[in-house]
Amino acid sequence: MAVKDYLRERFFPHLWCPGCGHGMVLNGLLQAIEKLGMSKNEIVMVSGIGCSARISGYVDFHTLHTIHGRALAFATGVKMSLPELNLIVPMGDGDALAIGGNHFIHAARRNIDITALVMNNRIYGMTGGQFSPLSGSGIRATTAPFTNIDYSFDVVELAKAAGATFVARTTSYHVQQMADILKKAILHEGFAVVEVLSQCPTYFGRKNKAGDAVDMVKWFKDNTTPIGSKAKKENQDLIERGIFVQTDRPEYCSEYDKLVARAMEAQP
Amino acid sequence: MSEKIKFVQGNEACVEGAMYAGLDFYAGYPITPSSEIAELLSYRLPRSGGKFIQMEDEIASLCAIIGASLTGRKVMTATSGPGFSLMQEALGYAVMAEIPCVIVNVQRGGPSTGLPTHGSQGDINQARWGTHGDHAIIAMTASNHQDVFAVTIEAFNLAETYRTPVILLFDEVVAHMRERLIIPDFDVVPLVERLKTSVKEGVDYHPYLPREDGRLPMSDFGGVHRYNVTGLFHDMWGFPSSEPRAVHGLLRHLVDKIENRTNLIARYKEFYLEDAEHLLISYGSAARSARHVVENRRMRGEKLGLLELQTLWPFPEDIVRDKCAHAKSVIVVELNMGQMLREVKMAVDEPQKVFLANRIDGVFITPEDILNILRLIRGRGV
Repeated sequence: MAVKDYLRERFFPHLWCPGCGHGMVLNGLLQAIEKLGMSKNEIVMVSGIGCSARISGYVDFHTLHTIHGRALAFATGVKMSLPELNLIVPMGDGDALAIGGNHFIHAARRNIDITALVMNNRIYGMTGGQFSPLSGSGIRATTAPFTNIDYSFDVVELAKAAGATFVARTTSYHVQQMADILKKAILHEGFAVVEVLSQCPTYFGRKNKAGDAVDMVKWFKDNTTPIGSKAKKENQDLIERGIFVQTDRPEYCSEYDKLVARAMEAQP
Repeated sequence: MSEKIKFVQGNEACVEGAMYAGLDFYAGYPITPSSEIAELLSYRLPRSGGKFIQMEDEIASLCAIIGASLTGRKVMTATSGPGFSLMQEALGYAVMAEIPCVIVNVQRGGPSTGLPTHGSQGDINQARWGTHGDHAIIAMTASNHQDVFAVTIEAFNLAETYRTPVILLFDEVVAHMRERLIIPDFDVVPLVERLKTSVKEGVDYHPYLPREDGRLPMSDFGGVHRYNVTGLFHDMWGFPSSEPRAVHGLLRHLVDKIENRTNLIARYKEFYLEDAEHLLISYGSAARSARHVVENRRMRGEKLGLLELQTLWPFPEDIVRDKCAHAKSVIVVELNMGQMLREVKMAVDEPQKVFLANRIDGVFITPEDILNILRLIRGRGV
């Protein structure tokens, strides 16, 4: 199947701004799914609210476009009910880690087999460019006219601490790496977190004089480096990309199956 | 297999009703006075092929059951006031996306943390109006365990019939009281199963195009039809749309599918209404004291009657108007500051003859409390 066969062309054109990184993430994700040769009927995509969340409308899977921050809770219900389905949950940075932060850490703690894709453009785009918990200190936003004093989460460290068994980071520039990581994340049995740095030239770029979409994508190229690279040792400011964690821990739905076996043996 | 007789709490009667109705997915978060429902289901569901999950909060609980419902399961969550407040956004989502689910609110005193271990009926209006935007809702209650069992089954049946969330507004008094419950054989109470689409694979399926009778045949997630579900206004494919005709049509459908069938959905019980001069209207635990007053006064020859509402929303205004037509006075008995009183006053032809007998101090209303109001109405002082 070609990548475009996974799209619902009936609903195009999409609503993302020119230069937005989210279409590049969609491309990387569909390449991964295409390489895995997955059937469209076995994939459920659950999203919340925001620019990123609209991705679910454009793909020809079972798609659930929910409420702000709660996509992982809806996805937990779907997965728990039908563990044979593959759950992919794309979220924006605010969606995943501000309003949805609690669901994020608890899904990681349970190690439920869901692929959480954090499309991190460091801004609330849909509402007009307010700072998010991933914007970082010193950033300008429509709610930070005198620069932001909030420090940001490190998605990778947060996911690791919460118990995610697959944790990776890449960028919209590194589409091949993105597809490769997402492929592994989808195959991983457990809670997988993939942070993709994505550009928002409309709000983040304009407010922070980061240039146009091309400049912003080039920034990802110049300011990221593979995990443990020599460049990182020489320049601590570089952001590492790659797979940080890939471990085995019993997955939630399979643990529930074991619980059922114990329940059936229990005397009433 | 013959019917079973048990001596149970109201919360357990709710669990028995849910299991009878075919509940096979529950998500919840602990909260007094509803926690026994989760505790019992954590034992029952894994043993019956169902799923139980304790979520991180009440928001996640309702979201999780909505997700599970889309895979074809019969789903429920249970909570109390503070948790029910947290659920309001997801409740609106279930209304908009037309997801069958049952939400139990075992009411306690509010606002806020309020009186966690005391009875109240303070969430009646929240159930109707708590989530934002115009919408219709079905909410039911019961005053004794046999009825808790029956309305719980009815809630699942209505949720499936109308593809809507149904709220069960029980209260602490009924939830924690112990009483006899007779569980009938499995084929005795009719059950409504999910209406599935007959559209074949490869044929364009319209998940949000109502049939002539207003019902929407569903396709389970994981099945052969892939479609979009959203809380945005949407077209017949479930794809977001702000086209005025689509918006108007969907909102009318969401409200009309329930409010045009108010009399059909209405469940109520009546005691001595034929010749009642003074008519009590009550529901839930408060109806127990109201019924006691009526039975007691009838023995003395006083013409009192009771209309016990089980369906609170959509409010059965035609039925209430009709039943109250010949009464000299109507006394609404409830454990709040008059939430159903307002509805009754709006429904009847003579609102000036409607009075309130209530308690709001966490103490259960007694027959004496109701009699005091009756004496006042009759001009006899307390």
